[in-house]
Amino acid sequence: MTTDKSALERYKYDVLVIGAGGAGLRAAVEARESGLRVAIICKSLFGKAHTVMAEGGAAASMGNANSNDNWQVHFRDTMRGGKFLNHFRMAELHAKESPDRIWELEMWGALFDRTKEGKISQRNFGGHEYPRLAHVGDRTGLELIRTMQQKIVALQQADKREHGEYESHIKVFAELTITEILKEDGKIAGAYGYWRESGSEVLFEAPAVIIATGGVGKTFKITSNSWEGTGDGHALALKAGANLVDMEFLQFHPTGMVWPPSVRGILVTESVRGEGGILTNSNGERFMFKYIPDVFKDKYADNETEADRWYEDQDNNRRPPELLPRDEVARAINSEVKAGRGSEHGGVFLDVSKRLSAEIIKKRLPSMWHQFYELAGVDITKEPMEVGPTCHYVMGGVEVEPDTAAAVGVPGLYAAGEVAGGMHGSNRLGGNSLSDLLVFGRRAGMAAAAYVKQTTAAPVADATVAAAAARIEAPFARSGGENSYSLHAELQEVTHNLVGIIRTGNELKDAITKIADIRKRSTNVAVSGGRKFNPGFHLAFDLDNMLLVAESTAKSAIGREESRGGHTRDDFPGMDMGWRQHNHISSFDGTQVTVRKQALPFMPKELFDLFDVEELKKYMTPDEVAKGGSN
Amino acid sequence: MARKINLRIWRGDATDGGLQDVQVEANEGEVVLDVIHRVQATQMGDLAVRWNCKAGKCGSCSMEINGKPRLACMTQVATYGDETITVTPLRAFPVIKDLVTDVSFNYKKAMEIPAFEPPKELVPGEARMQQVDVERSQEFRKCIECFLCQDVCHVVRDHEENKKSFAGPRFFIRIAELDMHPLDTLKNRKRTAQEEHGLGMCNITKCCTEVCPEHIKITDNAIIPMKERVADIKYDPVRWLGSKIRKREGIV
Repeated sequence: MTTDKSALERYKYDVLVIGAGGAGLRAAVEARESGLRVAIICKSLFGKAHTVMAEGGAAASMGNANSNDNWQVHFRDTMRGGKFLNHFRMAELHAKESPDRIWELEMWGALFDRTKEGKISQRNFGGHEYPRLAHVGDRTGLELIRTMQQKIVALQQADKREHGEYESHIKVFAELTITEILKEDGKIAGAYGYWRESGSEVLFEAPAVIIATGGVGKTFKITSNSWEGTGDGHALALKAGANLVDMEFLQFHPTGMVWPPSVRGILVTESVRGEGGILTNSNGERFMFKYIPDVFKDKYADNETEADRWYEDQDNNRRPPELLPRDEVARAINSEVKAGRGSEHGGVFLDVSKRLSAEIIKKRLPSMWHQFYELAGVDITKEPMEVGPTCHYVMGGVEVEPDTAAAVGVPGLYAAGEVAGGMHGSNRLGGNSLSDLLVFGRRAGMAAAAYVKQTTAAPVADATVAAAAARIEAPFARSGGENSYSLHAELQEVTHNLVGIIRTGNELKDAITKIADIRKRSTNVAVSGGRKFNPGFHLAFDLDNMLLVAESTAKSAIGREESRGGHTRDDFPGMDMGWRQHNHISSFDGTQVTVRKQALPFMPKELFDLFDVEELKKYMTPDEVAKGGSN
Repeated sequence: MARKINLRIWRGDATDGGLQDVQVEANEGEVVLDVIHRVQATQMGDLAVRWNCKAGKCGSCSMEINGKPRLACMTQVATYGDETITVTPLRAFPVIKDLVTDVSFNYKKAMEIPAFEPPKELVPGEARMQQVDVERSQEFRKCIECFLCQDVCHVVRDHEENKKSFAGPRFFIRIAELDMHPLDTLKNRKRTAQEEHGLGMCNITKCCTEVCPEHIKITDNAIIPMKERVADIKYDPVRWLGSKIRKREGIV
């Protein structure tokens, strides 16, 4: 039935955007405003993407809260946070363009919290020198996604006025999964997938595809990610011939909920610390002072008195160490728990009740209050929260050209947001994700539109369609095979135990073998029931993506013999200046992922000169420092 | 502590269906969505249920639990003690399969609400608004679009025929949000709420407010103020004339 060409549902668009989170929607708006016809694919309902869960804010150096802030300071903070493994050009574009992207949202109806002067309010966050995060209480992601969702509706209303139909030029395909990106003659020709609701198949023909599918959290057992974070875009890109860069770098957010078990991993926003929350162990000790690494000693207070003074006077005091970048805080919590100073349920304590009144907590952190009260029976205005690390974000992703978000090696393919790599280096700063997806979502939309205007797409060949359809049908044809739910649970155990926050060479070797074994068994997954809204069937495809991502992560992690940002090797605990000069590139040959080293582009003199040379010496070889930039 | 609980799940599709009883393990602190997932992983691989964040932030796992519209991720199993927990799909929308319904009605209504219109001369970055002025609209922008308010609203819950002319509480707060937005310049939002989106059909029973997981005061803060102003404008000839002359209706 489905291979019958006449029965197949087919669409032609100029640009196909896979993913309807912040990056995808921003890209779609840009492509439509360039005059093109755009399809937006979302795996769930429109407006439910994982972006809604972003809490703290979007980083942009508007300088509303401290006029010393500017793009140069933001750029420096981002590079530092990423331990100088970031692609300098992405970090530069991001720092320069974020303020315009936030102000633009305001023109689309977003309502951020305000300063006394009526400007957009900005809050403190880990690794940011000045208060920089535009926010709406602790539900900033919801504001972003709703604003862009409503902007898309506004574009549809304009199309109705002009062309007579809401969906004539931009249409959202909700609850649709893409299983394959299609190429003809070496360039993008479209994509193939199925409606989750009916299970029936769909072909999209389009000369440009923008991947904006977000992260990979569901490959791990404890994660803040929703079910959609199955690395679809990472896997689709690999299979389409694109590369992934630095997949060993995963961000374990320091503060996820730990109790009760059903909520383990759910995010506790960094804003709790930004608003003054402190971390203590079971002895009541404010332990973060012990964990300030050498590279940050001049920026962070080493005693409580100075740390407390900073909230009132930021110009004359160093920041509290609770506001170190996330990788540092997550490792510190992990060490405290391992040393036997953890809370009853294996976390540490995060307390904001001593610094802020109940009224202010409920106003600034309303969803945290709600979340703990409803799910854990804890009133955070009176008592501390129990928190521990949770898999939150993947720094690695599709290798892209910084200015255009074009995937390296695949004409017509673009990637933006979490699925793209390079921007955040080895560790992302909080707040830089929401601004990243706006800046590079727009750039991807712009570049895809320019590409479409100067190219013609080859029609998708019948044989290509038949192969994609056969793959979807396969699990239904098997009986008595593997159960996708069990294999997913096994994979999560492997990644959690062997590819987690602290890694060793032997464990990673073991992980690679085990992942390969699960992957082999996954080719024999059988699905019970029919095609209609069948989660077992859906998981079979998500699982395939997660396995490829996990293989890339484990193989990248075993190669990088150093510790940096979101990659900590117990057997190589130090940061290695030689490794700073290299990215890890994953590619896929149809059977397995291979990983190779590639030189990381060095920043030009004008960016190099933004830093104090003494600071750069902590990260770079004497040769690099002496050179003083790439030009 | 793990224990066995009795769960009764509606299974079927648009053509046929019924309640099925299962026994499933429940652990301390678990929510209804957890036990549904356990049934899915161990007993009914093809059981259809929508969910995303499992943290009360996305509004995907809306269903009826013992007859009440709720988010399954925010409903503790322990609330029901030893009682059997019955889960059924949202009643106001057509069933697709099991606990999943066709909520496209809401997305169609969303398209019919005229979009935000900022002042034409406003330069990005130059907007100045006071916190107190943005807070009224911010309350409505907390909406996670779970559509529980749409489901519980008796204007459409058992009256399919009303859906054509009634946008529902979710979209009344959307209109109110735009109407109270300090930068919006579009005129007559309240009047179109009344004349085109069925505001008049609401008889303020507050069911929507009761089920809102975000605790938005839908009736008191959005619907009633709009109804009052609509009445003012409609029946007071001076205000009616004023609304025709001034840039924005209702500002007196």
